[in-house]
Amino acid sequence: MISEGKEQITMEELEEIVLLIRGQYGYDFGDYARASLQRRLVRCMQQSGCRTPYELKYQLTNDKRFFAWFLEALTVNVTEMFRDPAFYRELRNNVLPKLASYPIIKIWHAGCATGEEVFSMAILLHEAGLLERTRLYATDLNPANLDRARQGIVPLQQMKDYTFNYIQSGGGNDFSSYYTARYENAIIHKEYRKNIVFAMHNLAADQVFNEFQLICCRNVLIYFNRDLQNRAVTLFRDSLAPLGYLALGMKESLLFTDVRDHFEAVHPAVRIYRSKM
Amino acid sequence: MKKRSFEVVAIGGSAGSMPVVRELLESMPGPLRFTVIIILHRLKNVHSEMARLLSVGLKGFRVREPDDKEPLKERSAYLVPQNYHLLIEADKTVCLDYSEPVHHSRPSIDVTFESVARVYAGRAVAILLSGASRDGADGLFAVIANGGVGIVQDPATAEYQTMPQAAITRTDRALVMKPGEIAAYLQTLNG
Repeated sequence: MISEGKEQITMEELEEIVLLIRGQYGYDFGDYARASLQRRLVRCMQQSGCRTPYELKYQLTNDKRFFAWFLEALTVNVTEMFRDPAFYRELRNNVLPKLASYPIIKIWHAGCATGEEVFSMAILLHEAGLLERTRLYATDLNPANLDRARQGIVPLQQMKDYTFNYIQSGGGNDFSSYYTARYENAIIHKEYRKNIVFAMHNLAADQVFNEFQLICCRNVLIYFNRDLQNRAVTLFRDSLAPLGYLALGMKESLLFTDVRDHFEAVHPAVRIYRSKM
Repeated sequence: MKKRSFEVVAIGGSAGSMPVVRELLESMPGPLRFTVIIILHRLKNVHSEMARLLSVGLKGFRVREPDDKEPLKERSAYLVPQNYHLLIEADKTVCLDYSEPVHHSRPSIDVTFESVARVYAGRAVAILLSGASRDGADGLFAVIANGGVGIVQDPATAEYQTMPQAAITRTDRALVMKPGEIAAYLQTLNG
């Protein structure tokens, strides 16, 4: 026992739950990083009042609605607008000017959660005068995330932080001109969302669906083990146009993957890579 | 009897802990005889030179922020990156996590301490320093419960007592030490 009063789950129990979810619902968490998955499962048990892994399995087996809740609780859907302002500054100053040479720009946000990063990108593109000729594809495995993202709603209480991030990223406009505040929410104006297509895509199971000049997949790969990371970054390599860009989270690296030789770290401090043809 | 050996020393601190973290690092003999993991509550979304600041004047090692999936080496010191939780896999590689803050903090000391407890069990030392939250108390308990050593900065010496006091309340099996005593303890570790 590691900590009294806290539900625990052994690796064997974890594998049983992974099998159950795969068999019954088709979602494959088999190659998710064990340390974070175990912590998430314990958290799901605490939140749902399941005292033992057996109770959790019972619920999952017998209650489809429970699974919908479970899927949302298990996957991490935390996100921010303009998270890591230095990253957005680099995009603004050095990446978007390169993308400007394409008549149509295609960008993929893989694992977009509730859309905050793709809204940030749309604002950058707007400020660079590129939004009108850009198609943004934002995908996630979680339908509840996509429903929320399609509404363009961001919690209003976060906007102070996001405004700070935006300014740090080099943004010069009045940030509040991008949204309407309504009760507890900020709604990103429709004109900044109209070129975004939200769709289901599971990096653990689905394939190449288009070709892109830029793929953003920030802080998604951290939840995968090395095998699945390799499959995902290979999928990205195969989905990128020649000299296309791949952006990862600030502490994610291609160094530990099979495709490291296919990419050049063009802005290493903010983990922007470029495919070598 | 064979002297007990430790693989990892995890240090958690919040408000008022920086001078003590520096004191502990400066007192450590380089090359290190164990892995050091430092978890500090810090700002997010700002440029941070924390790893550099912690490394100034150290003998024979420096502190760096690890990437996801990076293997934790013996004899190296790591600082948990801002705006991530740090977990450790069974094979002692880093598993970063961007889930909800714990006790309003990301990184959370509890998250890393609990992971250290699970992976290193009896070969872990966890040290909890000054701070104004109750983060770290459950994690320190977990380290001790799994056979490791838990040390709490004597609240009388802490700029903010809430955090060390919360740990002492959580478990009566933690060693309560002044900063100088913690430094002396670390100097004898694996020696």
